Amino acid sequence: MSGALSRLPRPALALFCLAALLCLGRFILPDGLMRLPEPLILPFARWINTAFAFLRDDLGLMVVTRAISDAVEFCLDVTANLLYGKSRWPMLGPIPWVVIAATMGMAGYVLAGWRLALLSAGTFVWIAVMGQWKWAMETLSVIVVAAPFSVLLGILAGTLAWRFRRVERVMNPILNIAQSLPHFAYMIPVVVFIGVGPKAGAIVTIIFSVPPMIRMTLLGLRAVPPEIIESGKMSGTTKWQLMRSVRIPAARTELLIGINQVIMQSLAMVVLASFIGMPGLGQKLLNLLQSLKIGLSVEIGITIVLLAVVLDRLSKAWALKQPEHLTAGASWMVRNRHLLIWLGLCAAGFALAALHPYFAVVERKQALTLAGPIDAGVDGFIRLVTPLTDWLRWFLITWVLIPLRDGFLWLPFSAVLAFLAGLGWLVGGARSALICLAFILPIALSGWWDRAMITVYTVTVAVVIALLIGLPLGVWAAGRPARASRFILICDTLQTFPSFIYLIPVVMLFGVNDVAVIAAVMVFATVPILRFTIEGLRGVPAETIEAAAMSGAGPRQVLWHVKLPLAVPTLVIGANQSIMFALFMVIIAAFIGTQDLGQEMQRALSSTDVGKGLVLGFAVAFMGLMADHLLLTWAAGRRKKLGAAQSAA
Amino acid sequence: MQNRTRLLISTAALVLTTGTAIAEDSPDPIIIPIHNWSSQIVMSNVVGQMFQSLGNSVEYVSTDSQAVYEAIRLGDATLELEVWEGAFGNSFRAAVEKGGIHDVATHTAITREDWWYPMWTKDACPGLPDWKALNECAGLFATPETGDKGRFLGGPVDWLKHDQEKVDALGMNFVVVNAGSAAALWAEIAAAEKSKTPIVLFNWTPNFAEAVWPGEFVEFPAWEEGCDKDPAKGPLPDKVYDCGNPANGYLKIAAWDEMKTKWPKAYSVLQKVNFTNAQIAEMAKLVDVDGMEPEDAAAEWLTANEAVWKPWTE
Repeated sequence: MSGALSRLPRPALALFCLAALLCLGRFILPDGLMRLPEPLILPFARWINTAFAFLRDDLGLMVVTRAISDAVEFCLDVTANLLYGKSRWPMLGPIPWVVIAATMGMAGYVLAGWRLALLSAGTFVWIAVMGQWKWAMETLSVIVVAAPFSVLLGILAGTLAWRFRRVERVMNPILNIAQSLPHFAYMIPVVVFIGVGPKAGAIVTIIFSVPPMIRMTLLGLRAVPPEIIESGKMSGTTKWQLMRSVRIPAARTELLIGINQVIMQSLAMVVLASFIGMPGLGQKLLNLLQSLKIGLSVEIGITIVLLAVVLDRLSKAWALKQPEHLTAGASWMVRNRHLLIWLGLCAAGFALAALHPYFAVVERKQALTLAGPIDAGVDGFIRLVTPLTDWLRWFLITWVLIPLRDGFLWLPFSAVLAFLAGLGWLVGGARSALICLAFILPIALSGWWDRAMITVYTVTVAVVIALLIGLPLGVWAAGRPARASRFILICDTLQTFPSFIYLIPVVMLFGVNDVAVIAAVMVFATVPILRFTIEGLRGVPAETIEAAAMSGAGPRQVLWHVKLPLAVPTLVIGANQSIMFALFMVIIAAFIGTQDLGQEMQRALSSTDVGKGLVLGFAVAFMGLMADHLLLTWAAGRRKKLGAAQSAA
Repeated sequence: MQNRTRLLISTAALVLTTGTAIAEDSPDPIIIPIHNWSSQIVMSNVVGQMFQSLGNSVEYVSTDSQAVYEAIRLGDATLELEVWEGAFGNSFRAAVEKGGIHDVATHTAITREDWWYPMWTKDACPGLPDWKALNECAGLFATPETGDKGRFLGGPVDWLKHDQEKVDALGMNFVVVNAGSAAALWAEIAAAEKSKTPIVLFNWTPNFAEAVWPGEFVEFPAWEEGCDKDPAKGPLPDKVYDCGNPANGYLKIAAWDEMKTKWPKAYSVLQKVNFTNAQIAEMAKLVDVDGMEPEDAAAEWLTANEAVWKPWTE
């Protein structure tokens, strides 16, 4: 033990001792070391509000944002008219659902053949016969506008960052923070500058989905091999031509992955954006949950998952598909056969719609529903497990959660700072120690310390339980390839399934308390751990395993001494993702009833307090970024050591 | 193009005749905000369909129920049909003071928000609805997190219901636990119903919950004006909040100031709109219990109640 301690770097050891001392000396400490004294708390929220008021009133940014939102609104009106017949220019819609289903099926066929065609047409048929067509089209009418905006913006910003180093240097930290800010924090400024309604929904979706596109553009442009550029230059291209005809096509795969990410992120926003007036599936889902119609909400959840799967597969197929080169001299008919088939299908669809109104619009009254069996199933399940959950609730609250929570709140803030700095030092020396302090100190300065500690406690408990469940389950699932892919599919589904639906059954099971909150967060945090455990174990090279088996290692030994150590870097990414997911979910869990940062965030949203919302958002983002820094630095250090050991051997 | 000319002409006409003669309604859509509870959504659809029957164009936009007053003030939304005294009185008054929004009419319906219990609770604690009897039974409502004390499940903290103050003032044996959303409240009642567990929580009328789970409000010492500020008011001389919430809060209709000039006909209809508690509960029930879509529920209500609303449009 003393050996292990003395191997710690001296400053880290000193910091840990300091933390321990501060905890032990809690009763004689001056109050100033327990919680930051009132005069030192900085009014960040007021500063942000002043800055925003200045931007809005004195600089007249409002005029600019209103102009942008008018442009977006015009596009939204067009798609809204075409997709669900809102009475706006060009007054053509709504397009009958059979035509849209046929179009999507055709897109699937062209990009990846019959199976995708069936999946994608089938999804749209499901939406129609379940009577969700109008809602789904309201949602899609926003995504169809937001996604292209986001892609263009992403390419533009990504190109700028690629071209000018300085832009990249400024943009990188902004992107890091933007990707770890809770969604609600974005929404408040949007409400202030844009207002509410579909346009606000579209703009929030754009803001949320643009960062991955910027990153992928940067990555793609940077990865273009110099030989290609060289040959482009040799053909005498201008700068613009070089960009348009050489660099962008060469970065095609990365750009298309970026587009895929944009689409997925847009779908993830469907439910949340309805808080600021985005119509469609998300809004309907929230309304149904509000009156406890779980079966109907699950139907909508399934639709959202199906849409995500279809759009994901379609865009991935597009990324993988190589441009087709037909033999020269092929006739017009051959070159455009897909177009012709599509036109034929559309004509047939319009004819069908004219023949019978069912094929134009399926009324709610004609809709099929699965709600009855789902409700009965949920009800039966809750009745079945209630005795168990009652006991679990009592046990967890009395013996685990309340003591832990009190423990977290009991810690002097100075001890937490010292401990985290020590942890940083241990992982990455003085630099990491400073980075950790830079992340955690502003939280203390903001005056939200207690609430932040409750958030930390919730996330910690949820992630630990998620690890306890996810790791063994992942190890078991990775045992057979077929089982592994089945579990990955489950992970995909759980991840796109709107998280709000979990909240209601969880309250029915556990009531309004921390157990319910942690259960909801835990479900969400288990998914990445499960996924990355499976991926990590699957990624271990077969030769290594064979070599270990040949040297006489049993399956258990192979797992413990070969597979798991090699999978550690992937597992760390999983844990990292899990913390991020937990932080997102803990904010949403405010709808169950919490006393943490999420609850304050919800309040800030309903009183449109930009400053408070952003301060809380940054607090959450900083926690996430600190965990991210610690885990990734540790993993990198470990990899270096592993590499050194291997090369030494 | 034709539309735009008409718009120009009618605007010009408006400018010339403001306040003197009834001008034509603007062809722009009247924007009705909808929130996250069904009676408001159905009522908005009912009034929206009444406007449509007059030839107006109507659009619905879903908004936060607190932020909506700011939106109406700026003209992003046109009117609000359910301004609850208890829940939104403050936001509404604040917006009125800033200008741009005004009080159009008051419904006959009264609103009440307070501690409430479903009927099966009374079997376990027969002295209800008296608050002292409730306090005697506090142990029945105990949960692991509240220890020996009873749990009162409050609404979200931002509803500012002062339940904790009430508990402190009346010295009740209860701990206030705040749910994060109305849905969490309903989920708790639904779970309690399965095992008929006693539960006391925040609720309000008019509301669909009355139709699904019959229940009663707890009777606290009656509200007196100033009970929340003046210790002398209420039964205890040295405490504030030593009383229940007002048992007959208002339910108002609010509108954007320019609605009067932009859609004068619709505005004159809106001034006559007036619903009762029973009518509002009926609207909510069509959606929450019968499972209809709000549009269909509104259409159904309009056909069944022509005698009620036809006179308003004449």
